[in-house]
Amino acid sequence: MTAHAEQTTPLAVQATPPTRQAAPGTVTNRVGFVLGLADDALVAAQRLAQWCTHGPEMEEDIALSNIALDQLGAARLLLTYAGEMEGAGRDEDALAYQRDDREFRNCLLVELPNGDFAVTMAKLLFLAAYQVPLYTALAGCGDERLAAIGAKARKESAYHLDHASLWVRRLGDGTDESHRRMQAAVDEVWPYTHELLAPDPTAPVDPATLRVDFDSAVSGVLAEATLTVPETSWTPDGGRNGVHTEHLSYLLAELQVLHRAHPGASW
Amino acid sequence: MTTARAAVAAVVDPEIRVITIEELGILRSVEEEPDTGRVVVTITPTYTGCPAMEVIRADIRRALAAAGHPQAEVRTVYTPPWSTDWITEAGRAKLARAGIAPPGPVRPTGPVPLTLTVRCPWCGSPETEQISHFGSTACKALRRCRSCTEPFDHLKAL
Repeated sequence: MTAHAEQTTPLAVQATPPTRQAAPGTVTNRVGFVLGLADDALVAAQRLAQWCTHGPEMEEDIALSNIALDQLGAARLLLTYAGEMEGAGRDEDALAYQRDDREFRNCLLVELPNGDFAVTMAKLLFLAAYQVPLYTALAGCGDERLAAIGAKARKESAYHLDHASLWVRRLGDGTDESHRRMQAAVDEVWPYTHELLAPDPTAPVDPATLRVDFDSAVSGVLAEATLTVPETSWTPDGGRNGVHTEHLSYLLAELQVLHRAHPGASW
Repeated sequence: MTTARAAVAAVVDPEIRVITIEELGILRSVEEEPDTGRVVVTITPTYTGCPAMEVIRADIRRALAAAGHPQAEVRTVYTPPWSTDWITEAGRAKLARAGIAPPGPVRPTGPVPLTLTVRCPWCGSPETEQISHFGSTACKALRRCRSCTEPFDHLKAL
């Protein structure tokens, strides 16, 4: 594992990401894009599943596990498709269990630790506010496989956005203490949202085109929650190029340990 | 010998055992190849991550084998995406009798608004409230009746 242990700023990524070499619109480029979406969903699923048996109440425990399951479902379809396009004989399991952290293409947002419940909800709000317009746009794109996955996942993500919005409003517009912690969570996670919407004009859906929908969903919820949209200061990135925070290595260790010890194990 | 179609259509959902996969709307087609007798079944998942899919595939193969169709293939398709609008009227009635409030009609795209009137499947009262968006399975929400105080599942419109 090649975890980045040196950090001068919390959660910052210091290394210079390698530039993507593929020419616009090539298969390699498309594999990278699909792998990015797949890894977003897979890592988000693993993080959310860590709440299982730790939720603040039983209903929430079940809700977060259900959302994790939705993310895992999307991840499996996307990984399978990425593997087929790559043409190197890697199936969803090979891609999920046998890549090291530098080969993962997920955004940094999803690998950040769960933090307290407010941080988890801020992360989910931003992820869902990105995934809903993303999957909606994919549903209308020229790639049949991606369109099918987008049309399916869009409906599930709408529920995730609804759920996160509900909690952010409840905590932000709740007690002084819940308001303080919800604002702190939004401030902490906000810098990582910029990577989600970084331009990629060669992708089936350019993430930059999702900015309007993302901003309108997020600003609406934050306003209702009596929370402030943070000023943009630093904008950490690198995940799409395989340069991650150290947190991903620990997450992958837990995700992959069984398969690496017993390749192909099933039960 | 039971027809392949009838055998597959009678397979029940492993998580909601009062309703068949046909009534649930996840059975898309059953085709028997005239020459070989091989049966190709096409199904679609309710939710992408639905863990019941493996069991459903196995149940379909078992039902076909029992009906005299040992050669079977189960294919999974994702488009068009499943919608609760595909649940049949008979299926909705069975859900309600089992204490699961059936889904309302699906709305157009966009954020999912709160459902305003879900009737209690036990006492019929419209005075119910949502406890959680997510219930015992991915496709259900958890609600409570303010009239009879019973909790109940609600199959979410999707």
